Amino acid sequence: MSVALFSGRPGRRPYYGLRRLLVEAGSVALGAIIVIWSLIPVYNMFLVALDPVGHNEFAGEIWPPHPTIASFVALWTEEADDVEHIWGQFGNSIYIGLLVMALTVLVSSLASFAIGRMRLGKDWTLSNTALLTYVIPSSTLIIPFLRVMHIYGLLDNPWAVIAAEVTFATPYAILVLLQYGKLIPIELDDAARIDGASVVQVYLRIYVPLMAPVLAAVGTYALLFAWNDYFYQYMLLMSERHMTVAVALEQFFDDDDAPWNYMMAIAIVYSLPPIAIFYGLRRYMATGLTAGGIKG
Amino acid sequence: MAANWPWRPIWHGRLHGSELTWSIAFVLPYAAVFVAFVIYPMGYGLWMGSSPSLYTELFSDPRYVAAAVNTVLFVGLAVNVQMFLALLLSGFFARRRRWIKVLLIIYILPWTLPAVPAFLSFHWMLVADDRGLIDSLLSALFGIDGPYWFNHGWLALACDIVADIWKWMPLWTLIFLGGRMAIPQDLYDAADVDGASLYRRFLHITVPLLANLYFISTLISTIWTFGDYTPVLFVSGGGPAFSSDVLSTLGFHYALDFAHPRLGVAAGLSALPLLIPIVILLMRRLQMTEVQL
Repeated sequence: MSVALFSGRPGRRPYYGLRRLLVEAGSVALGAIIVIWSLIPVYNMFLVALDPVGHNEFAGEIWPPHPTIASFVALWTEEADDVEHIWGQFGNSIYIGLLVMALTVLVSSLASFAIGRMRLGKDWTLSNTALLTYVIPSSTLIIPFLRVMHIYGLLDNPWAVIAAEVTFATPYAILVLLQYGKLIPIELDDAARIDGASVVQVYLRIYVPLMAPVLAAVGTYALLFAWNDYFYQYMLLMSERHMTVAVALEQFFDDDDAPWNYMMAIAIVYSLPPIAIFYGLRRYMATGLTAGGIKG
Repeated sequence: MAANWPWRPIWHGRLHGSELTWSIAFVLPYAAVFVAFVIYPMGYGLWMGSSPSLYTELFSDPRYVAAAVNTVLFVGLAVNVQMFLALLLSGFFARRRRWIKVLLIIYILPWTLPAVPAFLSFHWMLVADDRGLIDSLLSALFGIDGPYWFNHGWLALACDIVADIWKWMPLWTLIFLGGRMAIPQDLYDAADVDGASLYRRFLHITVPLLANLYFISTLISTIWTFGDYTPVLFVSGGGPAFSSDVLSTLGFHYALDFAHPRLGVAAGLSALPLLIPIVILLMRRLQMTEVQL
């Protein structure tokens, strides 16, 4: 038994050690390239953020001559003009992001339960209708969208942004949920129905718990989408009170003598929550975004 | 077997009575969102861009023709290069090493950074008479004088493409990584026993199993890249003299800088002959897909 196991093992060949060494050396080299590729623009952001005044963007420095974390300190204390409302703006971004996340998960899970599990109509009609959202490029749709929001009386209202972002996040969410939902045997629903469960109970007790990882992934996707979107926030929000971080970043372009170090410091801080979320949910995200794509 | 259960057709066939009411109630929230924020603005947009004179004006503008060519190049190159590299890199990140897991966190940084400052940083790195970070690095390390990156339309467009790949490749790598994780390990073990090389394992196991995911992701990425104007607007700014503009930035210029929103809408709508087939292809592909894990 042990002899068979030993001799049957693959890779026990003379050149195995050398090949393994080559693979290791190759992956270290590739790793180095990936680090450089990913970090050069980020490093450039730090170069500007660590400058005392933030006007060194064309200085051609490779290393900051007088590095200081003054810009990050100014963010923390909100003491400079350009960052005096920054935490309120962070609050607005978080408010919009969380609501987009919750609404996208709720709306898309209800719809995909009705379409995918209850077979409302034919499977494809409704889910495909949702994808029509992507027919007109979002950068074009903003122009009529602004007029429509004006008609609804939602201009300069966070709900206009929430509506826009839910609108664009939901079709992809429904797509993912429908694909993943096919992995759960429909017999589970049937069994619950025999036992007298109502539709709402099947949704709450079977669908939601079994789909939890995908719902988490879809929610994260929606949150990151809202976090990354700057266009709709910039076009739809005007007043100081509703301004988000994305809009505040855009404001720097209006200033001829903009302190770019603050802008870059905000950008760096702004990217920390998504990294934390990714780190916390990385296992869920991998399952949810891909399930269903395997085996055509 | 199925015929023995009298209520089975209720779920799987036509819905009746309270079932139908419930399923409609469940779809209603999305239907409301769709009508209020998709159908209405789209109809409004189509109406805004419905006048044929807009399109004669558009097609006679040389900037429009250049932007249309740029759009095809930008979307085609950026999407396909990032998809292909993401597929390869997902194999690298699938290796079970601690340092590779740490590397993944660094690698996804571009995706998590807000687009505007990230692309502005790209712009600074390249612009300004040899005083950007890239030019400084080139001359310090290799003694090369970098070119004027944004003085030529094609080079400027190439910079936009690289920036777009840098920003969005991590997302697709994560998606393909998830796809690879879902491939049963015993397939690879079996290939190992048969003595398959790394290359053959990739070609005969990974590629066929990920093909559908790859195709769907490419279509979605194409659609999204069409609508994303940030890389072009903030990296090259469409310069020099509009020569690296794409349709989305040109529409933006028409609507805001020239105060001609209808022409801006028309510029976007003129992409419909390309986008509608892509969306239909995506729909058909998803409809065919039956998951059998």
